[in-house]
Amino acid sequence: MTDSANVMAEGDSHFPPGIHSFDFADWFSGLSGTALAHMFTTITLGVWLTVAVLIVFFLWANRKPQIVPTKRQWLAESAYGFIRNTVAIDLMGKKTGVRFAPYLATLFLFIVVMNFWAVVPGIQVSPNAHIAFPLMLGVMSWVIYMFVGIKQHGFVKYMKITCVPPGAPWFIYPLLIPIEFLQNIILRPVTLALRLFANMFAGHLILLVFILGGFELLNSGNVLIQGLSVFSFAMGIGMTFFELIVILLQAYVFTLLTGMYIQGSLADEH
Amino acid sequence: MEGTLNVVGYGLAAIGPGIGVALIFAAWITATARQPESAGITRPMLFMGFALVEVLALFGLVLAFALS
Repeated sequence: MTDSANVMAEGDSHFPPGIHSFDFADWFSGLSGTALAHMFTTITLGVWLTVAVLIVFFLWANRKPQIVPTKRQWLAESAYGFIRNTVAIDLMGKKTGVRFAPYLATLFLFIVVMNFWAVVPGIQVSPNAHIAFPLMLGVMSWVIYMFVGIKQHGFVKYMKITCVPPGAPWFIYPLLIPIEFLQNIILRPVTLALRLFANMFAGHLILLVFILGGFELLNSGNVLIQGLSVFSFAMGIGMTFFELIVILLQAYVFTLLTGMYIQGSLADEH
Repeated sequence: MEGTLNVVGYGLAAIGPGIGVALIFAAWITATARQPESAGITRPMLFMGFALVEVLALFGLVLAFALS
């Protein structure tokens, strides 16, 4: 860390990447001191583009719905149907599944498109690499499963169902209940958010290491070292393909876990 | 020798999830080899288990950077 501080002080080098790689500058530098300081950055552009893409795509795909779907209608219906069938109805049954399918499908598609900017040239970072966005998504999921559980069971009974696992002997309760409370009520939104954040953060860092490292190797004077940059860029390409898998997987896991928590809140005592 | 203790901590923290992910995938491969028709049923469990275990290693990586 001290090495990079020296290099940053003397020149314009961005390698090795670190926390500083995630500070994006304002697009309109005149706004930097004012109240609108961090409103127009690459990160916020990513969020707005995500929202715009989702809204425009679904409005456009549903313009004139027909019984035999057109190609774009089929695409929108497949995107929604995937989460509705394999996540919502699978976990919660037909009636409750259909009730929660819109939120879960929107959550899944929102996270996928937000993550996708990590591999798009020009933006190349996912807004989910800033902890704020996954944190709010985690808090939303927490509010939903707590509200649904308390509305269904009542506050005391819901706490009892959540924090007291059935079948445990009574003398274990002083140890078990705080752990279950911490696990189910405090830590679930935190781990949901951290999982998404850590994957996007680590993915961006890995891509920075290989691509900026390739440029560092190219900048050296020795032609043999310059030849090594090919391998660095090849690893960068490989990690980009790997990042595509991580993008889809993390969105799916977030949605699946939210669905599981909602289903757990609604389940009756056994 | 320079460096930070954070990265040593991350390296130690990555041992457990490395073994854990290997166990999960080994179980899925074995189950699919015994009964190939079950592959579709167990695949969601595979991805869920993988993500839950991998996040522990990623916590270590993120904390190594965040607590510098």
